[in-house]
Amino acid sequence: MKKTHIIILVGIAAIIVGLLAYSVDFSTYDTVHSAKKKQGKFVHLIAKLDKTQPIEYDPIKNPNYLSFYAVDSLGGQTKVIYRNSKPTDLEKSERIVMKGKMEADHFECKDILLKCPSKYKDSKEQLQKSVSETTTSF
Amino acid sequence: MNFIGEHLLPGQIGHFFIILSFFASLLATIFFIMASVKKDPLIKELWLKYARGLFFVQVIGVVAVFAIVFYICSNHLYEYMYAYKHASKELESKYLLACIWEGQEGSFLLWAICHSVLGSLIILKRKTAMVADWEPYLLTVISLAQFFLLLMILGIYVFDVRIGNSLFTLTRNEIAAPIFSQPNYLSFIKDGMGLNILLRNYWMVIHPPVLFLGFASTIIPFGFAYGGILTKRFGDWVKPALPWTLMSACILGVGIMMGGKWAYESLSFGGYWAWDPVENASLVPWLILIAGLHTMLIYRATGHSLRATYLFAFLSFCFVLYSTFLTRTGVLGDTSVHSFTEAGKAINIMIGMFVLIFTVPALLMFFVNYKKIPTIQKEENTNSREFWMFIGSLVFFLSAIFISAKTSVPVINFAFGTKIAPPEDVEFSYNKVAALIAIIIGLLTAITQYLKYKTTGKAYLFKKIVWPTLIAAVITVTIAIIYPITYYKQGAGFLGAIYVALFAAIYSLIANAMYIWTVLKGKALSGGASIAHAGFALMLIGMLISSGNKEVISSSLVNGINFAAGTDPMTKQKDDPKENLTLVRDVPTRMGPYEVTYQKDSAGHESGRKFYQLNFERKDKNNLVKEHFIVKPDVYLMKDNNMSSNPDTKSYFTKDIYTYISFALNDQKEIDTAQFKIVDLHEGDTAFYSNGYMILNKVEKNPNNSRYQYDESKLALMADITVVSKDKVKYAAMPLIEVDSLGIIHKDDTLYAQNLYLSFAGVSDNHNIKLGIKESDKLIDFVTVKTYVFPYINLVWLGLIVMALGLIVSMVQRGKFSNTQTAVTLILLTISLVYMFLFANA
Repeated sequence: MKKTHIIILVGIAAIIVGLLAYSVDFSTYDTVHSAKKKQGKFVHLIAKLDKTQPIEYDPIKNPNYLSFYAVDSLGGQTKVIYRNSKPTDLEKSERIVMKGKMEADHFECKDILLKCPSKYKDSKEQLQKSVSETTTSF
Repeated sequence: MNFIGEHLLPGQIGHFFIILSFFASLLATIFFIMASVKKDPLIKELWLKYARGLFFVQVIGVVAVFAIVFYICSNHLYEYMYAYKHASKELESKYLLACIWEGQEGSFLLWAICHSVLGSLIILKRKTAMVADWEPYLLTVISLAQFFLLLMILGIYVFDVRIGNSLFTLTRNEIAAPIFSQPNYLSFIKDGMGLNILLRNYWMVIHPPVLFLGFASTIIPFGFAYGGILTKRFGDWVKPALPWTLMSACILGVGIMMGGKWAYESLSFGGYWAWDPVENASLVPWLILIAGLHTMLIYRATGHSLRATYLFAFLSFCFVLYSTFLTRTGVLGDTSVHSFTEAGKAINIMIGMFVLIFTVPALLMFFVNYKKIPTIQKEENTNSREFWMFIGSLVFFLSAIFISAKTSVPVINFAFGTKIAPPEDVEFSYNKVAALIAIIIGLLTAITQYLKYKTTGKAYLFKKIVWPTLIAAVITVTIAIIYPITYYKQGAGFLGAIYVALFAAIYSLIANAMYIWTVLKGKALSGGASIAHAGFALMLIGMLISSGNKEVISSSLVNGINFAAGTDPMTKQKDDPKENLTLVRDVPTRMGPYEVTYQKDSAGHESGRKFYQLNFERKDKNNLVKEHFIVKPDVYLMKDNNMSSNPDTKSYFTKDIYTYISFALNDQKEIDTAQFKIVDLHEGDTAFYSNGYMILNKVEKNPNNSRYQYDESKLALMADITVVSKDKVKYAAMPLIEVDSLGIIHKDDTLYAQNLYLSFAGVSDNHNIKLGIKESDKLIDFVTVKTYVFPYINLVWLGLIVMALGLIVSMVQRGKFSNTQTAVTLILLTISLVYMFLFANA
């Protein structure tokens, strides 16, 4: 190989490797407990809506303030504040993936991903539910 | 038990055709392999004859299956699971096709149909230079792919394990519910589950076939490369493969962006591209295909880069398969909004096999024969076109690997038990790399055209490149001054990168346009490459400007009244400006340059769909309306009470104003506990309420105005009332009472802006009227919206169309099609693409 050739290839490889290193800013999946230990650090929290606690959202007062409680599979509980509009099917969700930071007494959420039964048209339970809803009593 | 009303025949016929085409594809694969290895032309032709016959049997089977599924869905035969799951009676017939490919099984069928089309085309064109004697190799891989696709939808049982999910399973066999113990269960199933509302968009009818045809067509370069290695005629296939590769690049590219347009029009994430794993999975094969396309051209012109060509030709289709694996096995799980869900372990294993059976032998063949693939010992000159084209291909390939690696994080987590989660700002983690790639590709596509193969004189290059460079620099500076990019979010460094990328893209556009002019002397038909590059550059410009200057005008900062922002009492930090704005019905609210009023809501023709009419007005200093339009974003209340929001966009050539409902009240009526307070009023009297007062101007008998039309034969009284609120805003109210033979009718009036409910309760003595006044916060009717402005987003679509045309021009040129054929194809394609992307904003 010619020298220039090698230099340019190495240069490009270096840029790519550099970029990769620079862009590997992955975060982690955490439980409420482990997230509380990482105050202020960006994490993904996998939890469920705590249905025993109230959801606070009053779009007339402030459409950009939602607060609710989340509980994870280990029983860890936290207040969540999400400064955006309420995802419409929050109450129906089975699982919530929240991205954000734990701050003092609450989880400051930047993004919410909901896992809702309706998205799983293929799941058997959902189909059974649907059959019983769409058929009349007999 | 005998069930009443079932139509079992279509399913039985369909099942027969699936099994028929499954075995036909298996035999076709074997016969094509035999034909490939036979040396004697007569024997070869004999094997081929049978192989073709088998392939066509398979084609007929697949088409028949498709027709039967269509029949089942369009006739609402809910005894079939597929119809029950995906069709419904309210569904408009134009979406019937979309409900076929909504499901996993249907999309496999669509893919199989695309393969059938391509395979048939190859067989029909076998006498032309585009196929020549490569037919058996191409059809071996296509038939093998068909075998796997049909395996996924085979639906037969082998020792209690279901192989493939049939399209014709019966609802009563799939779901355990008590109703299926009744012979007349069908009469209880009123309707199917229907098509997901997000998919009810005409793009969902067009974009999957185009995208799948694009995916399917990447198998052709793969097949050629396979034939090249098998015959040891290592380089002969590149020439016939070129037009096919160009076609594939065009279809796949257009298909990907159609998906983007659908996301832009139907999903409420506010854009056409979100680096979602599903989007990435379709982009990666395209990037590799483009890399392969360029190395093919290098090989044709100079004999260099054949080894890289093999790798790219193989990997493009392998990555299509890998994408299938990512999006259909449920492995992406939490990271993707719109991947298919898991269809069972057996299917996952089969998809895995499908990936491995193509990828492993292909790579093995490549590495075993690596040394035998001819190369040229002499190096490319750095002032040659091929050198820089190769660098460009390498950048495309490496960016594909980068995107793929990032998308595969869930797979890595799954395989190694790690818990790596996506970064804080997923889009930015891609965008920062994409900006860099845009810079490199922009510069390369600008300059490389002016280089000659082998070697280029410095003086020649300088003379040609100086003008485009200057013009591009001037345009970029002009844009920076009169229309600066305001993407400050990621800091000055990234803003700088955007400007450099913008320059590179403009440079590429100008350089390629001028290349057609100065070098090709305007012969556009031989400048397919320049047209495609110019289109790609235009797309980049559109992406940079529309994303860089995207603006949320529903934000509290721009808006200035909805002060959501403030200091957080807990963290003592200043909040970001928030992006949702609540519009109370009939109250004009400032939103950026507009005054927006939520005027009314109306039901759509599908149950549960509700449109909100939002009136946008821009006034000048003298309060004259300069701009006025209405958008109707809608919300769809699904059967399980989930809501889904569809944006509506006002499109100008230079910008789109894009609005969606981020929160709406559920329609369930809440019980209003407030009571009417009855007051006695004489004409001219005043009554008070908590937020102001109201005057009864007069009482009118049988009014005839914009709201009520009564003639003398009726008996109706209307109270003409002016409500004045504390802030001195006046509202008119006209409650009415009507007496007819059936009794008394009250037509109450509501002032949403004041939470005020007025009722003409009756008439008392001395010409006084009884007015009912009710104040209740339950009355407030509102929606919360988010509105973006995307400037110059049309450049993205325009660029795409130009790029597609450039690819077609090149394909026509390389495939040596006749001129009339070319002209007709080009004109038809342009018209349909321009219409779809720029005018059909339904």
